[in-house]
Amino acid sequence: MIMKHALKTGALLGLIVAASFGAGCSKQSAKQATYQGETTKAADVIAQRKLKPDDVIRALQTFVPPGEHDPYLMFASGGQNGQILVYGIPSMRLLDEIPVFTPDSMAGWGFGGSGNEVLREGDIPASNLGPAKELNWGDLHHCNLSESNGVYDGQWLFANDKANGRIAVIDLRDFATKQIVKNPIFYNNHGAVFVTPNTTYLIEASQYAAPLGGAYDSITNYDKTYRGEMTFWRFDRQTGRVDTNQSFAVELPPYWQDLAISGKLVSDDWIFCNSFNVARYHGDDMDGQPSFEAGATSRDTDYMHIIHLSQAVKAFEAGKFERINGFPVIPLKTEIADHILYLTPETKSPHGVDVSPDGRYIVVSGKLDPNVTVYDFDKIQKAIAAGNLQADDYGVPIIPMEDAVEARVEVGLGPLHTQFDDKGFAYTTLFLDSAIAKWSLGGSAETLHPDVKPWTLMQKLPVQYNPGHLTVIGGDTTHPTGQYLLSLNKWSIDRFANVGPLYPENLQLIDISGKEMRLLSDTPLGMGETHYAQIIAADKLHPWQAYPEVGWNPLTQSVDTNAAMPGQEGIVRNGNHVIVNMTIVRSHYTPEIVQVNQGDDVTWHVTNIERTPNATHGLAISAYNINLTVNAGQAETVHFVADRAGVYSFYCTKFCSALHLEMAGYLVIKPATTQTAQR
Amino acid sequence: MNPIAQRIVGPRTPAELKRSHPLRYRLPVGLLAAAAGLLLISLFLPYWQITMFAPQYPAGLTVTSYVNRMAGAVDEVNILNQYIGMKPLESAAPMEKRFAVILIVAMALLVVAAVKIHSPFAAWLSLPAILYPLIFLGDLQFWLADFGLNLDPHAPLNMSVKPFVPHVLGVGYVGQFKSVALPCSGLVLAILATILILTGLWLQRRAYKPLRDRQLQAALKGDPA
Repeated sequence: MIMKHALKTGALLGLIVAASFGAGCSKQSAKQATYQGETTKAADVIAQRKLKPDDVIRALQTFVPPGEHDPYLMFASGGQNGQILVYGIPSMRLLDEIPVFTPDSMAGWGFGGSGNEVLREGDIPASNLGPAKELNWGDLHHCNLSESNGVYDGQWLFANDKANGRIAVIDLRDFATKQIVKNPIFYNNHGAVFVTPNTTYLIEASQYAAPLGGAYDSITNYDKTYRGEMTFWRFDRQTGRVDTNQSFAVELPPYWQDLAISGKLVSDDWIFCNSFNVARYHGDDMDGQPSFEAGATSRDTDYMHIIHLSQAVKAFEAGKFERINGFPVIPLKTEIADHILYLTPETKSPHGVDVSPDGRYIVVSGKLDPNVTVYDFDKIQKAIAAGNLQADDYGVPIIPMEDAVEARVEVGLGPLHTQFDDKGFAYTTLFLDSAIAKWSLGGSAETLHPDVKPWTLMQKLPVQYNPGHLTVIGGDTTHPTGQYLLSLNKWSIDRFANVGPLYPENLQLIDISGKEMRLLSDTPLGMGETHYAQIIAADKLHPWQAYPEVGWNPLTQSVDTNAAMPGQEGIVRNGNHVIVNMTIVRSHYTPEIVQVNQGDDVTWHVTNIERTPNATHGLAISAYNINLTVNAGQAETVHFVADRAGVYSFYCTKFCSALHLEMAGYLVIKPATTQTAQR
Repeated sequence: MNPIAQRIVGPRTPAELKRSHPLRYRLPVGLLAAAAGLLLISLFLPYWQITMFAPQYPAGLTVTSYVNRMAGAVDEVNILNQYIGMKPLESAAPMEKRFAVILIVAMALLVVAAVKIHSPFAAWLSLPAILYPLIFLGDLQFWLADFGLNLDPHAPLNMSVKPFVPHVLGVGYVGQFKSVALPCSGLVLAILATILILTGLWLQRRAYKPLRDRQLQAALKGDPA
């Protein structure tokens, strides 16, 4: 067996080497000897490392030579670490971590400076319910790239915080978070953030029903006062911010809404959202009643929510809303009267709701049903037009399932999420089977694969283990690229060297360019849980190498009039308010000695006046929990009260030059009375 | 006309000769005018550049010199130069940068004037423009030496980088840097202008020498030719 492998590998290697060198060197027979030498060397490596033929091809398919770049970038959510991870595809090299909801000392995010402003913007303000709550983490499930005409435009990235009901805006010019918006009417979300095809609205759907506005009511009033909601955040590309004044929510029944997605092309202007507790179960397991996992799944079907966005916008603009916690919410009765909201049954405990590239089909997976259910947007529209629909307990019209469903495809156990390629195939993760199912679309997609039976399972590829979401390059857009697929696996069990009881996730890169899916590589992720990811061609991104001008404020994305500028450095005292204007450049601070008095209110402006890419500096001040990262051109401001006397050094945390250690200074804080602090 | 002025200005071109031998008399005019034009155009072009390569600067750091300013990675090079104690680049050649444009325009005007001077004085008028490329490179070399030899003895890298004279053209090595100094389009135009001037003057001499000789002989005979 081993012998056979070795032979196969040898033959294969000969082919590979011949193919790679053959083209260029036919004239130079002298070089042939060298290449034969390389072949022997490579064969030795393969033998030593006991690689199988498949391994050699995998290595060649994913290897990116030193100094070369990956053609694709993947933006991956970090789950409980509250951040976004950026990978190169196909090498799976981790390129960046963008801090979003959680302080990050590497990026100086949340230790003074602009990061604090963004983080504090996402806090829960004080209200009649109680004091303000400072939030320093997020559960980042879904990141979504901004789209123009249904394809990623590489300008913005959005993310949700499931734990606290927040969304964030990231600017892809500097890969930095600019805004965190706390939902004023809800404490959690899940169907977020998903964009409409031109990023006009960002969708945020709540998850665990509660009284809107976060107020108290007894759980026994669940049916009456507990509600779900979906917020439509208006995104303004000019300001790069969510415009909360143009945003609104729609009230939803307390069905525990789940993932949501915007329609596109034919289904543009319609939003689809799952739910998984239409049973409205809210029993108490300590009271002898079943737990949620049993109670919530006690019905055979849950409801897919179908929302007509432009009708909702019309109602909002006509003022047909109530204000809850100051935020406009369109009530259920208006949604029913104005034809905004419809329901249709879906097999119970669904998770993914995904729209095919042509916008025609909506694919829903009930986790407990081996089929994916394919809804036809045309059929949904016909059923709505025909009218005469039954209603649920809240009066919301229900489209009968059989009137809306086009096909059911048996794919396997525990289907979750679906993505699409450009050849008319869909890929669905199977959580229980621990596999990816490839299946053929029918109907409008049949012309893409005339020789394949529509609505049919093509292949199941085992993955290791328990896949959640998956992602294909542009796999949720109108123009997917069927080259790579990432299976975002929850468990890794035996795939990596054991590193203790907290296991890494396993991100598996899969080649989908051929007829059969092929596993290419495993990548452990030991710093978060990637729920969802999106892959974009690297050439669609145009990030800055350094901030465009010296004195750049990353929050306003313009030169800050308060920035410390070269030639104007110094320390200005005004009563007990001290303003420090500091510039930094390799390898010194100006000024290097900052003397203040105990109790002074210090505003410290610092500008990195470098114009050279990569010339990032830090400003870390001992004992004061201040740690800024200041990139080339960037201006930052940190406020603190010099309440502890003593001599504190500050220094550059980034190894910026050969004289990096000398890049330091003193913050000398003179005691208010001579008795304190002096020894 | 005053005889001395006449000797300086040289003979005028007889109309019949102009008609019979148009090329002989027009070509030097054209060449000298073109040379003046090239000098003026060169004001807008870079004259010289030095590119410094090091492991951490794979694309190199290029500083470009115009006659009156520097461009390119000046800030970055200044940051690096502080380690070896070299003065900021922009402090070099203050007078040259201030007067360069006026002087070059003047040189070009002198060349244009030489078109009308059909005597050896034409060469004297053109001499600044002829020598200009050499003067430029000489002056640049002077400043390079001034910068390289006058390093701050208290600079951080005073132990490993000793005073040195960078080459005005060619390859040099300092620390981990390899530097490549090359002429740029402006200097090429200036050199081209020199060649055009020399050719033009030679053609002009060939065209007017017989006339001038005759004029001189006539003057000797006291005949106002």
